[in-house]
Amino acid sequence: MLADSLQPGTALADLRRRLSLLERDGRAGRRARLTFDITAIDRQLDAGLLIPALHEASGATPSAGDEAAATAFIAGLAARLGSAPVLWAGRQRDLHAPGIAQLGLHPDRLIRVDASRDEDVLAAMEEALRHGGLSAVIGEIARAGMTATRRLQLAAEARSVTALLLRRHRAAAGAPFAEPSAAHSRWTLAALPSAPLAVDGVGRPRWRLTLVRQRGGEGDAWIVEGCDATGRIALAADAGDRTDRPRIAGRRAA
Amino acid sequence: MLAIERIVRASPADAPPEAPLVTSIADGQRLVIAAACRQARALGIAPGQPLAQAQAMVKGLDIRPADPLGDEALVARIADHAARRWTPLAAADLPDGLWLDITGAAHLLGGEARLAAAMQRRLARAGLTTRIAIADCYGAAHGLARWGKDAVAIVPSGEQAQAVASLPVAALRIGAEIEERLTRLGIERIGELLAMPRAPLARRFGMTLVARLDQATGRAAEPVAALVPSEIPAAHRRFAEPIASAEAIAHAIVGLCNALVLRLTEAGLGARRLRLAVERIDGTVQPLILGMARATRDARHLRRLLDARIETIDPGFGIDALVLSAIAAEPLAATQIGSDDAPDLAPLVDRLAGRLGPAALWRSAAVESDVPERAVRRLPALAAPRGGDPWPAHWPRPIRLLDPPEPASAVIALLPDGAPARFTWRRRIHRVVCADGPERIHGEWWKRSTEQSAVRDYFRVEDDAGARFWLYRRGDGVDEATGDLAWFVHGVFA
Repeated sequence: MLADSLQPGTALADLRRRLSLLERDGRAGRRARLTFDITAIDRQLDAGLLIPALHEASGATPSAGDEAAATAFIAGLAARLGSAPVLWAGRQRDLHAPGIAQLGLHPDRLIRVDASRDEDVLAAMEEALRHGGLSAVIGEIARAGMTATRRLQLAAEARSVTALLLRRHRAAAGAPFAEPSAAHSRWTLAALPSAPLAVDGVGRPRWRLTLVRQRGGEGDAWIVEGCDATGRIALAADAGDRTDRPRIAGRRAA
Repeated sequence: MLAIERIVRASPADAPPEAPLVTSIADGQRLVIAAACRQARALGIAPGQPLAQAQAMVKGLDIRPADPLGDEALVARIADHAARRWTPLAAADLPDGLWLDITGAAHLLGGEARLAAAMQRRLARAGLTTRIAIADCYGAAHGLARWGKDAVAIVPSGEQAQAVASLPVAALRIGAEIEERLTRLGIERIGELLAMPRAPLARRFGMTLVARLDQATGRAAEPVAALVPSEIPAAHRRFAEPIASAEAIAHAIVGLCNALVLRLTEAGLGARRLRLAVERIDGTVQPLILGMARATRDARHLRRLLDARIETIDPGFGIDALVLSAIAAEPLAATQIGSDDAPDLAPLVDRLAGRLGPAALWRSAAVESDVPERAVRRLPALAAPRGGDPWPAHWPRPIRLLDPPEPASAVIALLPDGAPARFTWRRRIHRVVCADGPERIHGEWWKRSTEQSAVRDYFRVEDDAGARFWLYRRGDGVDEATGDLAWFVHGVFA
């Protein structure tokens, strides 16, 4: 206890040591959070994204742009969640590794799993979560019911590994967030016109990030700028002020 | 000859030895020839000659140091192989032979002649020429194999006395001194010795000669210590009643895994491949083979891998026995558990590979290619990290790449380097608001000759809804040979 060590220097070191032991497991570990470094979002999430939990993301509409935005959001989170390997399980093989690498997730860290059915994706995710030792486990599925998501949530809590579920639209599956889920938070992404540049060209991508539901809190929506090379998003500054001027490189238009 | 053939085996297959090959060994102060290849012997070089003399006789000899220990190890390995394959009683007859007791084993392998032919074929595949002699006793077989006229000699039962009669006395293994004395007396063949009375022979030359004569004719026994072949670590479980249910198999697997891990620990090995042989009551054996990414003797891990495969076992009418063996094992040192490092991913990779197939797990690595669909290749999931920047980051790359690229129709764009103003993709019209490009990627003519002059001009476009796409046009718009000006959507950006 503190009374035993009278000098302030050793007391601080002792406290630090005990905190670091608790950090990995135990109550502090169970409440560890990943901050976005954006006050508005972090405040809404009660200090950041809960690390040992299941989170879901999906495109707001079935369009390709929204799905790509959701993928990039998930990749950015995984890039920032630590330096341990990340498992990405999915059915479709269109994930482009150089694009992911530009968001901060180096291919050395990314283990890919190809599955032919949603059940296999969920089973692979659960195995990986129970094994531990990864910083994030990502799965791309169309449907996951309450039982499946509850199992993933429990497995994520057990080993303090973040589970991220990327819901993809598939015609037979219906709207992705129609079913109830045991996820800690649910997000939708919609692609918006990019940040305006002083010159012609495509600027930093912008998304409408909507927190649809979170456990123990309210939802909200923000307009954010897409992930940079380290996977961080930023709040769009002049979000409300856009002119619809065509900006195509090499051409001037009225 | 074994030494020579061993060297020839070790050399690259497609480089036939041109120079005559000899091996040299130190005999006191000088070097003598230990073994010589056929070519060298034809030129007059014999084992035992001083090396200097041989070098003076033949120019351009290929001289290698003799490696008797390596030769012995090879013979031991062949004996081990023989003990597993042909007969359980096998021993090495150094320096370059094998003893095999094939009583009761020959008829199982098709008879003595076929067995001898099979042995010759098998060893010839390994690059070794063999001489085989089969007789009632070892002494006769030893002599006939080394000094007999034929490469394969099969002596009918009871006739070994006639067979050895024509062999020189050196075939009796009596030592150089007695051999020399016999030669001085003019005795060249064993037959002459057999015709003489035994008592004077014993008096003059000692009991060794008589004992060897008896061994050669089969009157005295010659026990040979057979070697015990190295065992594959295995665990067996035989059931009093045939089992068929999954729970019973799972229960048996628990015991088998523990027993196997005990054997592996004793031998200091870790299993890389396991074989579970399911022996059914109708006599068939169903093997189940499991591979591991890394050598392991963790009983829990092996149990989980086997439990995942229980559904593939077909019990038929009932299972009589289960045999779990580690068919491929590697030395595994003891490891410290409870360390602070990140948990090893090999067990996870094994489990996922067992469920989904080993090709389902992979990592990406960069290929030095500008063509986007060729820029990524697959590595095994546990490959060593390569570090560094895998792909050059000058231009942004899409997060989803369509494979194959989907054609975009009704594209309005200014040639030669104008970005599209409008395009139709998946039956929807996209009006472009802003664009970046063109990024020109040339075809790789060294990979495919049709790409000799092909170029693609890539544009990163954003439509009015905010979706960002990666389009390309085949051809530079100026030269027809570079492409037919067709437009494709290749990827989607975040």
